[in-house]
Amino acid sequence: MKANHETPPFMKANQETPLLFRKHRAEEWIGRIYTTFCVALLIVIIVSIVYFVASKGVSTFAVNGVSLSGFLFGQNWQPDSDKFGALPFIFGSFVTSLLAAVIASPLSVCAALFMTEITPNWGKKVLQPVVELLAGIPSVVYGFIGLSVLVPFLRSVFPGQGIGVAAGSIVLSIMILPTITSIATDALASLPRNLKEASYGLGATRWQTISGVVIPTVLPSILTGVVLGMARAFGEALAVQMVIGNAPHIPSSLFESASTLTSVITLNMSNTVMGSVQNNALWSMALILLLMTFVFVLVVRLLERRTKI
Amino acid sequence: MSAKLKDRIATFVIIAFSALIIALLVGMLGYILVKGISHIDWHFLTAEPETIKAGGGIGPELFNSVYLLILTLIITIPLGIGAGIYMAEYAKEGRITVSIRLVVEVLSSFPSIVVGLFGLLVLVNTFNFGFSVLSGALVLTIFNMPLMVRVTEQAFRNVPREQKEAGLAMGLSRWKIITSILLPVALPAIITGTILAAGRIFGEAAALLFTAGLTTPKLDFTDWNPTSLHSPINPLRPAETLSVHIWKVNSEGLSPDAAEIAAGSSAVLVLMVLIFNLLARWAGRLLYRKFTSIK
Repeated sequence: MKANHETPPFMKANQETPLLFRKHRAEEWIGRIYTTFCVALLIVIIVSIVYFVASKGVSTFAVNGVSLSGFLFGQNWQPDSDKFGALPFIFGSFVTSLLAAVIASPLSVCAALFMTEITPNWGKKVLQPVVELLAGIPSVVYGFIGLSVLVPFLRSVFPGQGIGVAAGSIVLSIMILPTITSIATDALASLPRNLKEASYGLGATRWQTISGVVIPTVLPSILTGVVLGMARAFGEALAVQMVIGNAPHIPSSLFESASTLTSVITLNMSNTVMGSVQNNALWSMALILLLMTFVFVLVVRLLERRTKI
Repeated sequence: MSAKLKDRIATFVIIAFSALIIALLVGMLGYILVKGISHIDWHFLTAEPETIKAGGGIGPELFNSVYLLILTLIITIPLGIGAGIYMAEYAKEGRITVSIRLVVEVLSSFPSIVVGLFGLLVLVNTFNFGFSVLSGALVLTIFNMPLMVRVTEQAFRNVPREQKEAGLAMGLSRWKIITSILLPVALPAIITGTILAAGRIFGEAAALLFTAGLTTPKLDFTDWNPTSLHSPINPLRPAETLSVHIWKVNSEGLSPDAAEIAAGSSAVLVLMVLIFNLLARWAGRLLYRKFTSIK
């Protein structure tokens, strides 16, 4: 009986997989499992960041009973008398990053035009490394220069102590300049030649070509750069904290001490007890930063959809 | 105003703004280097920092920065390259790949302070690593991973198709092709990207405030036992890095020469970043020549 169940020898040879093939299959699995593990880790990290920050940030309202509208629109930040209005910080963050974008955008677009339209040969050789180096300078160094050069300068020219929204915006604008410039340069460089040539062929001057053809075509890409720059400015902590003055109220002028979300977190996180209302309120501000990141990424995505040259 | 005059004015403005940017960089670098380099000497680079007296150095901070960088790279490089390989070679176009791409994008645009807070909550408190080199390195890994993924994916995609097809025709497994054919060709670009990322890690401070801490225990450079608190290589000791030190000296420095120390430390930091930049270019070019035999 048993002999009948035995596989005949001619089939046996086929069933045995060759050694090399087995080795390959094992390798293939090792590679696949390893790389999938690395990618899964990325997803675990992002999910846990969102989960932990959100659960801490929400507990201000859910556990400590601070009202959401009081937090978002309250103007008084007095933790000792249980007033947790974060509007001055939200206001400070938005104003500094908007102003930074307003200052940096024209400069960056001009730099990008210089590299691609005016002197494509040596302009790129000079400005490209300059922009890369600006991107490489650490943020604390920007803060240090802001504190030791910019603030005394503003103090001597304008009324006030020199610290404030103006100083913060200028420091941030230099920090986001490379972001906007490199994206604008890439967009300008990938513009098809024939568009420009058609314009020149009609007798347009260089500026007419730039303002009438080049800029309108690459505008979505430039805006992408501006939004990415603003996102960076919004999340930047130490450089701003060093020059903005850190007063917890809405400033009445650009040269008055103010605060941003990041600066108040930087200063107070280690001075407050984990789990206290004040500490949780700081986590709520971190949650705002996190949510704004998603908003910025979303806006960039929407802009990119329009970038089809 | 005639079109020609407008053109001239616009050209002038563009050139003037570009010159302004160059002047800004030259001015800033000049300021830091002129102010700082006179303060840099062997004593400054090796001595312990002083809190109240003048004449403090940045020895432990410099060591911490380098140690943290090395530890971060040891963790990041295998993970980042692995994920990058997945994106370039294994991911199929579809909803999952699109969402992974989104994850990488969002992760790279998180504010560093938020990632630092996450580190404080999870690594420092929940996992009980405390303010330590390890917590700092893990947080910096979170920053660096998306960068490495992008660099690796781009480098793999730039490898000529024929090389991969040749491997497939030889009957090699996909993993073998990745490790023996694609990786060597992609390596120069990956190394260049890694060195540039290293420059960024070196300057990062906001995330380290809450993870690596603001203090350094007194280091004993003869003690190489990794479990002792005073050993420089103990990964569970707090470690204030150079960039955190600049921030601390500027915002709460009490010593009379705080401004000089900040200037000197900034100069060291900027010089390191410059060196990383030059190294990245040089290494990229050298390795590219070596691996591709293109002169």
